[in-house]
Amino acid sequence: MSDSPITHSAGEAAHAEHPAYLRHHFNSVEQQADTANFAMWLFLLTEVMFFGGLFTAYLIYRNWYYPAFVAASHQLSIPLGGFNTLLLITSSFTMAMGVWCAETRRKSGLVLCLCLTFILGLGFLGVKTIEYSEKIEKHHVPGFHYSLNSFLNPDSDAAAKAAGDKPMALDMARHTEVYFSLYFAMTGMHALHMIIGIAILGFMIFRAQQGAYTSGHVTFVENFGLYWHFVDIVWIFLFPLLYLISRH
Amino acid sequence: MSEQNEHAHHIVSPVVYVTILFALLVGTTITVWASYIDLGEWTPLPGLVIAWNPIVALAIACTKATLVVLFFMHVKYATKLTMLTVFSGIFMFLVLVGMTLADYISRAWGRW
Repeated sequence: MSDSPITHSAGEAAHAEHPAYLRHHFNSVEQQADTANFAMWLFLLTEVMFFGGLFTAYLIYRNWYYPAFVAASHQLSIPLGGFNTLLLITSSFTMAMGVWCAETRRKSGLVLCLCLTFILGLGFLGVKTIEYSEKIEKHHVPGFHYSLNSFLNPDSDAAAKAAGDKPMALDMARHTEVYFSLYFAMTGMHALHMIIGIAILGFMIFRAQQGAYTSGHVTFVENFGLYWHFVDIVWIFLFPLLYLISRH
Repeated sequence: MSEQNEHAHHIVSPVVYVTILFALLVGTTITVWASYIDLGEWTPLPGLVIAWNPIVALAIACTKATLVVLFFMHVKYATKLTMLTVFSGIFMFLVLVGMTLADYISRAWGRW
């Protein structure tokens, strides 16, 4: 008798003690889960710094070119922005429920929650597309075709007229382009995060149907939930700052 | 391996999630409603004008974000390591923004 069969069976015995998803460099399932959670938060903190830079730029430029930022923000639709907030908050809720379904091993519930999150996310992007196309039609996209008409002749523009905007001097009106640059940079980066999230959701729906997340190993669903809620939080700040604070 | 199941993974109840969803929707309604009201300005120092509308909007947004972080993102039930990570990250972010804004406010102090 050589040593190898004994080693082999000892190895098998060691494997039988823990679930297949526990990696060997972790002491326990709990430690593995805590490590993944910690790492996900480190990633999210880099995201906080990334979006934080954009928010700080917005704050400073808004103070510099205040009249231009007020007039430019009147071009956004509060009903559309508010509806999108509703969609995104609800999608965060369905995602949280998805995590609960995974934890309590409800496979069909998880698939349903992920599908709802997927649809609500697509709905958000759909509304965003309507808003973007309106900006393109009115030549409010920064660049060669940018038009100052809404700000130099506010009476010719329904949104500016409704907000009671006064005609602006040319040098201040030109700074509305800075507002729209930041608007597209911030909502665009947010939308990119949504698109990435929706793609991962599609993959997760496929895997959830195979029962991948309802056998005790919920780390992937949990960490994706953290990502999705983070994207929700970014919008919670974008909505008041871009749409609301210059309305009164 | 024996301690593996001692600290059972905390599962947040759907009742909590529904409550938070409701609170977030109420917060959104209030912030939209408040944005149409002129809340006025405050001039603590000559030349330094603080408008209340953005302050109120940001306060509501911060409250909503805190609810999401604590309950949807489970930080209230997380390990001390996670709590410390989240807190120190947000603190660091506020330090960076605070120092940047302090520079912009004070650089030309008295010359406007």
